Amino acid sequence: MEIIIIDYGVGNVRSVQKAFEFLGCEAVITDNIYKIKEASVLVVPGQGAFAGVMRNLTNMGLVPYLKEYLAKKRPFLGICLGFQILFEKSFENGVYDGLGVFPGEVKLFDFSDDVEQKKKLKVPHMGWNKINVVNDSNDFYKGLDGSYVYFVHSYYVDSFDKNIISTTTQYGHSYVSSVQSKNLLATQFHPEKSGLIGIKILDNFIKSITWQG
Amino acid sequence: MLAKRIIPCLDVTEGRVVKGVNFVDLRDAGDPVELAKKYDEQGADELVFLDITASSDKRYILRDWVERTAAQVFIPFTVGGGIKDVETIRDILNAGADKVSINTAAVKNPEFISNSSRIFGSQCIVVAIDARSIVQEQVAVWDGDPSVALTAESRWEVYTHGGRYPTGIDAVKWAGYIEELGAGEILLTSMDHDGTKAGYAVELTKIISDNVNIPVIASGGAGNCDHIVEALQVCEAALLASLLHYGELTIQQIKESCKCSGIEVRY
Repeated sequence: MEIIIIDYGVGNVRSVQKAFEFLGCEAVITDNIYKIKEASVLVVPGQGAFAGVMRNLTNMGLVPYLKEYLAKKRPFLGICLGFQILFEKSFENGVYDGLGVFPGEVKLFDFSDDVEQKKKLKVPHMGWNKINVVNDSNDFYKGLDGSYVYFVHSYYVDSFDKNIISTTTQYGHSYVSSVQSKNLLATQFHPEKSGLIGIKILDNFIKSITWQG
Repeated sequence: MLAKRIIPCLDVTEGRVVKGVNFVDLRDAGDPVELAKKYDEQGADELVFLDITASSDKRYILRDWVERTAAQVFIPFTVGGGIKDVETIRDILNAGADKVSINTAAVKNPEFISNSSRIFGSQCIVVAIDARSIVQEQVAVWDGDPSVALTAESRWEVYTHGGRYPTGIDAVKWAGYIEELGAGEILLTSMDHDGTKAGYAVELTKIISDNVNIPVIASGGAGNCDHIVEALQVCEAALLASLLHYGELTIQQIKESCKCSGIEVRY
């Protein structure tokens, strides 16, 4: 099974590739639209800014294709910004439309009203924090409730769609740290940087695809 | 809750870790990859590599071991040491490192911070500050932005080149300044405390940490678990070198102490 990691010209996509290779998968980083359209597993890693990622995907002519692919819940892993772009819109440095696969908005962590919190809670939310697994029967997170994973982000997803939320995390308030729907998994945290726990999540993701065919 | 981080720091030269790191069951104690894996297994939350290679092929040597490390280690790691241009940052990040740490080059040219954080995102730009208490009359005069220059009230000064040269910059003001320029994190080393094992510069660390809204990593002076607990009460992470390398403390012991003192750690 070949995993296609979409290279949209921002940041370090190498670690994602290396994590999949570590698990014995073939993972290819590409910006080649034909290869992307033939892929049976797509990964969108994330770094940079929301508007930049959406603009690059638009310029690559990928937006309509991704929307269709995602609507079918075909095998997909979105990480960090690759998670945020699945929602309706983001307020990162302006207001920008996302892919709108799921209802929800991307907002800045803002603790400025809370003097006590502000002293303690810095932005970006950077480091290891816990995931609270919402659904026990979840294949991707079996036995991982309360595990620490690695986060780096200043914006968070505000969504109330209970059907898709698979984990939440506490930072000032509880927020959605990952969603899933059939073969689609998207995480605010970086599984490729979350040590053995992260590798386990990636492994579960790959296995669930194989299992569901 | 976000956990406080324990970060081992390794000095690398010519692609090999220097300073005695003695793990009993390592075949090759000088290989950055093996040491990184070892610290990862022991529960390190992140790693910092300080590359002190002086040779002209530094770039290729660096690329090689960073790439090998990234293929085996799945926790975040930072590479620092003499980085002064955007191309080197790109090389290091493309090889698989998560962050770079810049120090002297940031003082020489503060725009380097804004340029690199604009290109790569501030989350991967760590600015290292080497600070020292002001005890004698000022010798260096800062000719850059006057808002960060030393004044009669200043208590700590920024040094460069591994603590050798004073700059005339007020360390506390500098911290706020580099945050505005786009630094994503501050690695704060107290030259007064480094190597003393008498504890971190808690007062300085607290002042700077309270003053900025980005994470601060305390460095220099750890001698026991209590010191680390004290530092983590005022900032987000603690950097450790010799205490870990010479086996005086393990990450496990440190984290147990933190836990007992009510400090959230990844366990």
